[in-house]
Amino acid sequence: MELVEKIFETRELNVNMGPQHPATHGVLRLVLDIDGETIVKVTPYVGYLHRGIEKLGESMSYFQALPLTDRMDYVSAMANNIGYCIAVERLFGIEVPERAKFIRTIVGEMARIANHLLWLATHALDIGAMTVFLYCFREREWILELFEMICGARLTVTYPRIGGVKNDVPAEFLDSLWKFTEEFPTRIPEYETLIDQNRIWLKRTKGIGVISAEEAVNWGLTGPTLRGSGVPYDIRKHMPYDAYDKVDFEVPIGTEGDTYDRYRCRMMEMRQSNNIIRQCIEKLPPGPIMAETPNFTLQPKDKMMPITHPTKEHAFYIIEKACKGCGMCLRACPAKAIFGEKKQPHKIKQDLCLGCATCYVTCKFKALTIVPGGKGFPEEKLAELAVPPDKVPEDIKKAQEYLVKHFEFIKRGPKVPQGDIYIATEVPKGELGFYFISDGSGKPYRMRVRAPSFVHAGVLPRLCVGHLVADVIANIGTIDIVLGECDR
Amino acid sequence: MAVVLTRIYIPPKGLPPTEIAEKIKGRFPEEVVEVIEFRDQVSVIVKRGRVLEICRYLHDDPDLSFDHLQDLCGADYHGKKEPRFEVVYNLYSIKYRHKIRIRTQVPESDPSIQSVTSIWTGANWHERECYDMFGIVFKGHPDLRRILLPEDWEGHPLRKDYPLKGPELDKDWKGFVEVVNRSKELKEFEWKG
Repeated sequence: MELVEKIFETRELNVNMGPQHPATHGVLRLVLDIDGETIVKVTPYVGYLHRGIEKLGESMSYFQALPLTDRMDYVSAMANNIGYCIAVERLFGIEVPERAKFIRTIVGEMARIANHLLWLATHALDIGAMTVFLYCFREREWILELFEMICGARLTVTYPRIGGVKNDVPAEFLDSLWKFTEEFPTRIPEYETLIDQNRIWLKRTKGIGVISAEEAVNWGLTGPTLRGSGVPYDIRKHMPYDAYDKVDFEVPIGTEGDTYDRYRCRMMEMRQSNNIIRQCIEKLPPGPIMAETPNFTLQPKDKMMPITHPTKEHAFYIIEKACKGCGMCLRACPAKAIFGEKKQPHKIKQDLCLGCATCYVTCKFKALTIVPGGKGFPEEKLAELAVPPDKVPEDIKKAQEYLVKHFEFIKRGPKVPQGDIYIATEVPKGELGFYFISDGSGKPYRMRVRAPSFVHAGVLPRLCVGHLVADVIANIGTIDIVLGECDR
Repeated sequence: MAVVLTRIYIPPKGLPPTEIAEKIKGRFPEEVVEVIEFRDQVSVIVKRGRVLEICRYLHDDPDLSFDHLQDLCGADYHGKKEPRFEVVYNLYSIKYRHKIRIRTQVPESDPSIQSVTSIWTGANWHERECYDMFGIVFKGHPDLRRILLPEDWEGHPLRKDYPLKGPELDKDWKGFVEVVNRSKELKEFEWKG
């Protein structure tokens, strides 16, 4: 017997998992100490996707930092944008029009459904149910197409803006969304029939990753991960923002605090989100979509239409006699439509020109002029029509001045009162908090992002120790992390 | 079915933040430096010496019961304020629905503060991040290592004197140089087919 023990001695094994591993939902690296199949110790390593969004945010004005938030939780970018906008609006002290609030609630809940669908798809795939993945992506695609309809983008949307939303929703969008909300509740049972009664699913999720209510709060868990343990903490109810205090919805909470309960919570939440969207569409009030506070928000783009809008069809033309060939416009042109040698008169290639007026702003020698309605004319005709810039009609010039102000406003930002503010919103993954310290300038002195994924990734060792190696996969799935948000 | 869908009980709004600030001031009159109110949110600026006691009091007191640490982060007031650093605790009570912000002053000469991981376990990673980004040492932390940056990183990026584009812009990153040198070494083994 001694001999047998000597030959088959057991040792703790040190296994590296990730950062390139399909089940870690990104670039999470775990170092596992295992004794046979049992986990003894888990050490997570994060930071592979660190881009320094907090540092970048401090170097930009409040308007410019908005697209950065898309790149945190890229699965539900819409919810991140809303969180950022609400925090900045509270800091500025501006009130958003009612219609914009409802639109934001709609798109925020759409993002929640899309996020939970992706979560369910990958979670089930990790555990071994392939079919759910395909079903979920079918509906997720539908939502992404709806996003495309309102803002042209599918993932990194940047649709909500500080003070409202970018543009009003078209009627067709509301129609197709209504159709979606009618269809979607019939789709959820499809996923549930696949896994709800499935013995493998139950065995892999029931009693796995159990965390008690007190402990979950102590760990700082939020969102469905917390509510699975039975804590009724939902920011939409506790600190209502947008239109959440005007719609009627319920918050599902679990009892056991295991993987299965968290799964049930999210499935119920999707139904609730569907309800919220329907109520919002019914109650959607008419009115403006952007706060009218010129000192704090961007003004509608119609004001600069005479120059920028393509249908107005102005042409830009360089007067040869006045051009000194300094190359300022050549460098500034975003479309690279200007050609020319140094110290020789430059030329604009009209078919490449976007009509953005950047060259007109930069020219210091009054060589660049606007030919009203001259888009598409041949070069000779433009030369004939061109007048020096000081003889260009007054309304076009006014729009021009407006454009320059607009540029400066975005670059410098508004004048913000001094102070600090922490605002949290309920994104699909949990509590997304923004903490701003303002020093009175247009840029945040400190921008801090409290990412739910970061907190949730920290709880992994607590959930995994004592379980089997295969349960690590289930636990990574159940806390619903996205590493882009965790690492920021 | 395990999950019960309920109309959850949302408690009425708890104490106003100014009252909580008064309570802290009454309990620790020596420690509180200033109370600031901005946009209905109240920050209590305290000295760092007894921050663990203050946090323990806020967490354990039955009338306050701040069970949820929303956020813990650092801030750098380089050249603007003395002392230079601040550690900010955003606290919330799920039970009573009230919130308060504690801002602790940390001087540049000795950037260290007591860790609150013994009260809120979730503070663990927040404190590691704060150490990583600002170089503030948390005494009593179980595992104080860098978290988002590599272990051999020099400097603390969120400090205001750290340049945005990194300190060594003209040089290549040393990890990249290492890879290039290694590829040169291994060139003789290249497969020439």
